[in-house]
Amino acid sequence: MEHLSRRRFLKISAATFGAAAAASHWDPLTRAAAAAAADAPPGVKTVPTFCEMCFWRCSGIAHVRDGRLWKFEGNPKDPQSRGRLCPRGTGAVGSYYDPDRLQKPLIRRGARGKEEWTAVTWDEAFTYIADRMGRIKAEHGPEAVAMLNHGIGQFFLQHALKSWGAINFAGSSFAQCRGPRDIGFALTFGTGLGSPEPTDIANTNCLALIGEHLGENMHNTQVQEFAQAVERRIPIIVVDPRFSVAASKAKYWLPIRPGTDLALLLAWCNVLVNEGRYDRAFVEKHGHGFDKFVAAIRDNTPEWAAEETGIDAATIRATARELGNARPASLVHPGRRVTWNGDDTQRSRAIALLSALLGNWGRKGGLYFAAGMKVAPYPLPKPPKSDKPQADNPDGERFPFADEGITNGIRDATLTGKPYPIKGWFVYSTDLMYALPGPQETLQAIDKLDLLVVVDTMPSEIAGYADVVLPEVTFLERHDQLLTGYGRQGWLSLRQPVMPAPHDQKPNWWIAKQLAAKLGIPECLPFKDIEEYLRFRVEKSGIEWETLKREGVIMGPPAPIYVEDGAALAFDTPSGKVEFWSDQLAAKGFDPVPRYTAPPKPPEGFFPLITGRAPVHTFSRTQNNPLLHGLMKENEVWVNAATAAKAGLKGGQYVRLKNQDGVVSNRIRVKATQRIRPDTVYMVYGFGHTRKAMTNAYLRGASASQLATRYVVDPLMGGTSIHSNFVTFVKEA
Amino acid sequence: MPRFGMVIDTRKCVGCMDCVVACQTENDVPAGYCRDWITTEVRGEFPALKMEIRSERCNHCDNPPCVSCCPTGASHVADPGRVVLVTANKCIGCKACIAACPYDARFVHPKGYVDKCTFCHHRTKDGLDPACVAVCPTHCMAFGDLDDPASTVSTLLRTRAHHALLPEAGTKPRIFYLT
Amino acid sequence: MLETTITRSNPLVDPSLAVWSWEIPVYLFAGGIVAGMMILGGLAMLRIAKGDDPRTFFSLHTPLFAFMLINVGMGALFLDLAHKLYVWRVYLTFQPDSPMSWGSWVLLVVYGALMASALVRLPQAWPWLGRRVPVLQTLSDAITGSPGRMRLLGWANILLGAGLGIYTGILLNTMVARPLWNTGLLGPLFLVSGLSAGAAAMHVASVFLPRRPAPEGMLGGAISALVQQLGPEPPERRTVDTLIRADIAFLAIELVLLGLVVVNLQTSSASHAVAAALIVSGPYAWAFWGVIVALGILAPLALQWLELDHRIPHTVLPALLVLVGGFALRWVMVNAGQASHIVHAAGL
Repeated sequence: MEHLSRRRFLKISAATFGAAAAASHWDPLTRAAAAAAADAPPGVKTVPTFCEMCFWRCSGIAHVRDGRLWKFEGNPKDPQSRGRLCPRGTGAVGSYYDPDRLQKPLIRRGARGKEEWTAVTWDEAFTYIADRMGRIKAEHGPEAVAMLNHGIGQFFLQHALKSWGAINFAGSSFAQCRGPRDIGFALTFGTGLGSPEPTDIANTNCLALIGEHLGENMHNTQVQEFAQAVERRIPIIVVDPRFSVAASKAKYWLPIRPGTDLALLLAWCNVLVNEGRYDRAFVEKHGHGFDKFVAAIRDNTPEWAAEETGIDAATIRATARELGNARPASLVHPGRRVTWNGDDTQRSRAIALLSALLGNWGRKGGLYFAAGMKVAPYPLPKPPKSDKPQADNPDGERFPFADEGITNGIRDATLTGKPYPIKGWFVYSTDLMYALPGPQETLQAIDKLDLLVVVDTMPSEIAGYADVVLPEVTFLERHDQLLTGYGRQGWLSLRQPVMPAPHDQKPNWWIAKQLAAKLGIPECLPFKDIEEYLRFRVEKSGIEWETLKREGVIMGPPAPIYVEDGAALAFDTPSGKVEFWSDQLAAKGFDPVPRYTAPPKPPEGFFPLITGRAPVHTFSRTQNNPLLHGLMKENEVWVNAATAAKAGLKGGQYVRLKNQDGVVSNRIRVKATQRIRPDTVYMVYGFGHTRKAMTNAYLRGASASQLATRYVVDPLMGGTSIHSNFVTFVKEA
Repeated sequence: MPRFGMVIDTRKCVGCMDCVVACQTENDVPAGYCRDWITTEVRGEFPALKMEIRSERCNHCDNPPCVSCCPTGASHVADPGRVVLVTANKCIGCKACIAACPYDARFVHPKGYVDKCTFCHHRTKDGLDPACVAVCPTHCMAFGDLDDPASTVSTLLRTRAHHALLPEAGTKPRIFYLT
Repeated sequence: MLETTITRSNPLVDPSLAVWSWEIPVYLFAGGIVAGMMILGGLAMLRIAKGDDPRTFFSLHTPLFAFMLINVGMGALFLDLAHKLYVWRVYLTFQPDSPMSWGSWVLLVVYGALMASALVRLPQAWPWLGRRVPVLQTLSDAITGSPGRMRLLGWANILLGAGLGIYTGILLNTMVARPLWNTGLLGPLFLVSGLSAGAAAMHVASVFLPRRPAPEGMLGGAISALVQQLGPEPPERRTVDTLIRADIAFLAIELVLLGLVVVNLQTSSASHAVAAALIVSGPYAWAFWGVIVALGILAPLALQWLELDHRIPHTVLPALLVLVGGFALRWVMVNAGQASHIVHAAGL
């Protein structure tokens, strides 16, 4: 591990940065793409397909003009985009023409992380992988190969690996994102919320956003409905240490002290209960342990919360009353990327309890019941069963309430060799150096591996450490698994190729099939090509294949999504009711009602670093996209103007950030602003790339993940906090 | 003849820049340039703040200084819509129009001529909305004929408080911001 | 407290306008000098028409010199054009609202006037040409021999010079978007500055241009016609003193106009006051106070005063300083002017 971290990662602070302004361009830079354009018939061709710029998965219509990918517009038939994509979707054109795309399969030469590669054929790459996998299987069993993934394209690869005997799979969408929310809601209502969240913003009469920064966080449908809510002039309450875009539209902005949201939520519950503003009928009929809940939150008064949160008691009362007055069409947004402080499941549970008090479960203007659409499965052979437990959370003992794979759990197992060694990683479409906090641990884990395969479209940070890099085509060049969407109405979306692959990139399904063949299990994916697979599923579901190809989106049958329209209330909890008091939490030694703990205080001269999103970028995936790079080239560290003045910082100047463990970031511009609490700093995460192969993103801004050397693990489900680090400023020499 | 204009609701706009990137792909705007952009103005002191977010571009002024200063007639007013356009093969690249524009809406295209927002004339002459308007996820922009009292833009201007940018420049801009 | 962020970052436009760098100041400066020379030359022609000695340096040699300078200016202008191959488009149209269109056409006329004026002396300056094209000699004689024609040419030079001088200011002045330029005094200021620069340029030329009999050859003659004085005689002392006296007057007027420009801006709208601050106390203050006012006006004023008073010997230094100041004036006005912009008045 030493050589890895020393060589590139922690040493980044000492590197010299010219931040050479690489000329960004999004013209076709490759001969293949140019040739394709030259051969193409003149005129405009349109192809409907669904987007993969983020995981909201809107459907769009790609326009190809004279063989050139021209633009990507929303598909009006799509319930997600409603005909309008977000900037990342619109900028998808740039991902196709990105000059830095991976082009050929690569095998590592020399030390890991040295970035010395040999370009090989696909067959050579598969032979190499199969050979290494075979050796791992012989020595440690197939369970020693794990897969970390994030994207709809993971399906076929997962199936191939499962068929080979692998059992350890995890996506950062759970333990680094929405996991605590879904568990918190499941513990309360018996079911999580899933994606897209069934938030009825379009019909709500009062909306509270806790850290959720819609407008900067561009979850398309929600942003569209948020704008409608603004237009309807309903009371909006935004709780955020930062004057977010959403806060600027709100009736109430509560500039809360970071990490104290749970205190506010409990105080809101307290007010609703004490002032009798909650939905008594709902609670009486469906609540479990309400009296014990009331007793537990008795002391969580607004006055108490004011001390913790920095929000005055009168505002806490006023906002609680706004929420209560509008119920049941009153909505506290459950959030999405909620892994903040390590107590996130309990905080999410407090939101769930608040929702229960508002009686908005399954109600118009609250949280509706998402409807889906039945689509026939393809009869794939069942993978073999393993007698070993999953490594990340053996028999659910580490994290009793986790219901998905835990990425950091797999990393822990790789590091410790317990419960058994993990010797191979497949990393699909996620940059673990950004997705997981504790990057030093990721590097240490990589050092334990005999095989690291990275499948991606771009030379990500993690790909820099890979043994084998497999270049995938972008979503604009491939078929993919069908999207069966859940929402106010179920729907089915198709992804299909718009453009030819510019080089030797391949789609995930092809990679999976070839790998399976090389592993000697070709029968696990028993279709000739993906069109056959998709066509089977679609036609089996009674939908014409040609119609789906032409329309891109097919809507499912309408179903009631509100209780008032006849949707049934049912709670899949142990008590069969809404659990205000959770016996199962108590049984495992956790707080049966969320209990607030004050966040740790920063050392003198340090500030808590909080992070968020920019509307034009997704995680660390899009910074190099020439179009999106042009919109936002680097992140800034937001510092309150008064704080900046005290620290001798001027807006626009570059500084480095040093965290409590001495890790120093790449240089980042100061945004001296009134828009943030004086005791907090903020940055958009996903920037500060250190691979030269990303010519646009290289050394632009600072990486929040690099500074996240400290994190708290949510004991309920394994989520990792991202707001546990403190930083101070290091001025540029 | 219609007189095209735009009305943008700053209350709804979130400044996501979708309008910017949609313009870039629609119009093949070269990398590193933009024909439209986002301006954010924050007033007040923490925590008493107000913020206005605006999607800005050429105002297609009724009294366009860029047109009057052009020595060749490359900058001109075109129908339908009375929009301000630049004819690339008449432009000598003297940049007087760039200096004359109080909104800094123009730039020199890498090919040498001066370029700027066309209100997507290739679309709007056929009755479509400009790309920026059509893409906006918040539906904060409306486009239409300011001289038609029944148009959405006219109705919005009648019913909502609004302002234009730098009215003191006397250019009579045709983009209005609802507040 | 107002925080403004703009996502636009177009080259040459952001963070502040910089579409014109050195070329336009050179063009305006050359235009200004030529304007000054034409007026001074025109005045001399009127005197010659009255019977003064026509062989004085300033009367008839200046058009050739001005012809050279205007080429330098036009060259700079051409270099500034971003779409050079389409430059001919200017002369396919006349745009009555466009100062630049007016300027382009006026410059054609200026060219004509300068050539006609140069013709007066050309056969002597370039004997080879005079012999080959005897009609030139005939024309030259026709002009020099007729006080009426000489007067006409003189007035043409004066009027065109004044037009050209004011035009260099009007070009900027009409742009409402740049408050620093929004003063009607810019035209007169540039005109007077052009006059002082024109006088200084001739002064410098009279000192530095070689004095030899005109060479006989084709090439040598052509070059010497452009860069050499006629004859071995230095300009008369009286003429030089007149020039200096005139320059003192020009500089004094220029100083007053410059002061008026600043006061005019400062007492105008907020945008104009902010624009004035750019040159008075902002990033261009060093160039404004140090180079334009101190070096370019006050120093030559003092030096020339002392020269006339015979307290110090005649040198070319004041003239050189005037030229430096004249260029600095255009450079500062063009660059600071681009950086100036209308201050947002619209509230939330």
